[in-house]
Amino acid sequence: MVDFGGWEMPQQYTSIRDEHLAVRNVAGLFDVSHMGRFRVAGDSLEFLQHLVTNDLSQLGPGQAQYNLLLNEEGGIVDDLVVYHGEEGFFVVVNASNREKDLGWFREHAPSGLEVEDRTFELALIAFQGPRAQELLPAEGLDGLAYFGFRRGGVAGVRALISRTGYTGEDGFEVFVNSDRVVEVWDAILARGKDAGVLPAGLGARDATRLEAALRLWGNDMDETVNPYEAGLGWTVKLDKGDFIGRGALVKVKAEGPRRKLVGLKLEPGSIARHGAAVSSGGKKAGVITSGTHSFFLGYPIALAMVEAASLRVGDTVGVEVRGREAPAEVVKLPFYRGSAHSAAAPTRS
Amino acid sequence: MADRRYTKTHEWVAVDGKHATIGITDFAQSQLGDVVFLELPSTGRKLAARESFGVVESVKAASDLYSPVAGRITAVNEKLAAKPELINSDPYGEGWILKLDLDGDLPPDLLDEAAYKKVAEESSH
Repeated sequence: MVDFGGWEMPQQYTSIRDEHLAVRNVAGLFDVSHMGRFRVAGDSLEFLQHLVTNDLSQLGPGQAQYNLLLNEEGGIVDDLVVYHGEEGFFVVVNASNREKDLGWFREHAPSGLEVEDRTFELALIAFQGPRAQELLPAEGLDGLAYFGFRRGGVAGVRALISRTGYTGEDGFEVFVNSDRVVEVWDAILARGKDAGVLPAGLGARDATRLEAALRLWGNDMDETVNPYEAGLGWTVKLDKGDFIGRGALVKVKAEGPRRKLVGLKLEPGSIARHGAAVSSGGKKAGVITSGTHSFFLGYPIALAMVEAASLRVGDTVGVEVRGREAPAEVVKLPFYRGSAHSAAAPTRS
Repeated sequence: MADRRYTKTHEWVAVDGKHATIGITDFAQSQLGDVVFLELPSTGRKLAARESFGVVESVKAASDLYSPVAGRITAVNEKLAAKPELINSDPYGEGWILKLDLDGDLPPDLLDEAAYKKVAEESSH
């Protein structure tokens, strides 16, 4: 068990390798109840549009959208998914930022508009993998579009089912009352057991999100990194009207970002760790933001924040590994494109 | 395995006359998580007790390996190159790391099973 944003969570239930491969080949079940969940009731479209980068006016009831919260300098306060419900909006934010984000929302909310923290009453589990639809004990999943959600029953328990995730695979995130979540968890595992479904911990979550090149706040981006540097320019709709950080981003866009996130492939045994130096032609070119060994691909992969003009796909760079310089190849992102229906996916870079 | 001894740095050594086999403990492998790579020396190299001889790299972290005893390396477990996960699945058996010909006496600070258990319990808090 490890501490993760104040929550005690398993790095693995059995083995990171087995859990990782289960997600890629069948399906894995993640407990992501640590993520923060807020409800923004009432007429809140205008308020939220002013806080996030993407255009929520495009979003109908039953649709979700990947978004960023920025500070005035254009730095990323957090990344989040905004859901347009029947009675207002709700958002899912990173666990480590829950209290900061709640303060941010409340500080900017017009008087009378309530932002309610629902994290503890509502559990959240993610069932992810190419066979997730077939193996989730729920009806009518066929008609649910990517980044769509609706009410329904999972294993006979009332739930909100959302076709979203953080692995690059097709799959569902299921919101269910905390007092019924154990029932639902057990039923999903029982149903999928013979097919090879496994409960999956933080290790498998980090490996699968990294293969899909999904950014992790705190590693690949933070309040000093802007969306263009993080390769998340596609979430920024400058023409939707004013929002916090817009002024700064207009300037960044005009000048071009000074840094960018790139993907690196390393030789077996050379795992690039967060914070390791990246060099090119003997000069420092950047730093590793995330790195792991990919059991699925069979080699180590990493994301690095590097000087924008310096590197192209196919280039070789040096990465500091165990005090020496290991060669790494700049590769296209994502490292792996899973079964997720990528029509509106946050996997582009 | 009555003669298996341990170090505070979570290696084990099994001694048979002048021959020793070393590896990392079950506690160590459980703390490391899935092992993905080992950087190991060649046979013939002489090691001092507590000398760092290699690195075990898991998904979580890279950790140095220290020799519990002094000696000359006579064998390196070559199966680990293709199957580093043997460290996780069988740390005291197929996941052995080196065989040595002992040089001199065993260091006096090696721990028996009961003493090592205490060390492991303390490290897991």
